[in-house]
Amino acid sequence: MTRLLSCKQFLTELNAYLDEETSPDERMRLQNHINECPNCWVVVDTTKKTINVYKGVEPQSVPNDVKERLMAALQRKMAAKRGGC
Amino acid sequence: MGSLSGWYSGPETGMQASNGSVGFDEAALVERARGGDDAAFEGLVAQYQRKIYRLARNITQNDEDAEDVLQDAFLKAYTNLDKFHGDSKFYTWIVRIAVNEALMKLRKRRGDKLVSLDEEIELGEESVTREVAVWDGNPEQTYSQDELRKLLDEAIQSLKPTFRSVFQLRDVEELSTEETAEALDLSIPAVKSRLLRARLQLRERLTRHFKRKGDDAFAFL
Repeated sequence: MTRLLSCKQFLTELNAYLDEETSPDERMRLQNHINECPNCWVVVDTTKKTINVYKGVEPQSVPNDVKERLMAALQRKMAAKRGGC
Repeated sequence: MGSLSGWYSGPETGMQASNGSVGFDEAALVERARGGDDAAFEGLVAQYQRKIYRLARNITQNDEDAEDVLQDAFLKAYTNLDKFHGDSKFYTWIVRIAVNEALMKLRKRRGDKLVSLDEEIELGEESVTREVAVWDGNPEQTYSQDELRKLLDEAIQSLKPTFRSVFQLRDVEELSTEETAEALDLSIPAVKSRLLRARLQLRERLTRHFKRKGDDAFAFL
């Protein structure tokens, strides 16, 4: 007989569920909760989308002046190394 | 600045993945760089500078500090390349260096007040799941990349540094829980609890933007 989870208990296990770090039995318990609880289903769905939208967005380009200063600093360091400093 | 070697003016976007992207062999570049090939090191910089700059901006919340972190991280990596033994990926190593530099900047800017990453976190009653509404379609299709980036930046900047750093490393840079714990000097349970709070808080904030019109928010717990 599987004990039903409360929403709060489910939330504490949310990451394990999303990251698939649960045992098959535990996953089934969590899945059963989602099947019965529309609010938790929405939380799971929108949390997945939150993670995916962050993963999907391209990082902004490094501004050219910042790149140039990085390159100049690196060139100085490389020259110093070659010169044995 | 045309007299510089010019690697940075080339297309970065064709080789963005941190691992295994076509035309980019991290291990080979690291090996060559360790053997004294500076151009190979420049290749590593070209590959990762965008991600390191984003990481630095997200942690420090300051463009000037982010630039310092970007420079210091790559200069330190260059100087200490002989100490990098390939136990982890170069990318993980440079992320760890950049995180350390960024946290130092953050501490300095806050007048040496402790920026603690290891305070106790509980999933308390002030629930982070008040916005329970389905999203209206796919934000990537509804918003331009610039608009979306702005919304995501604003949301992540609203997090406490401890949550921000963990989310950034685990979910954006895709480090493992163990690598994140090591980079931030946190225990594994601490990383897990912070990641849960960060994800829920970001979900909450983004739902305010992306929820389907007419779906009212209501208290969940």
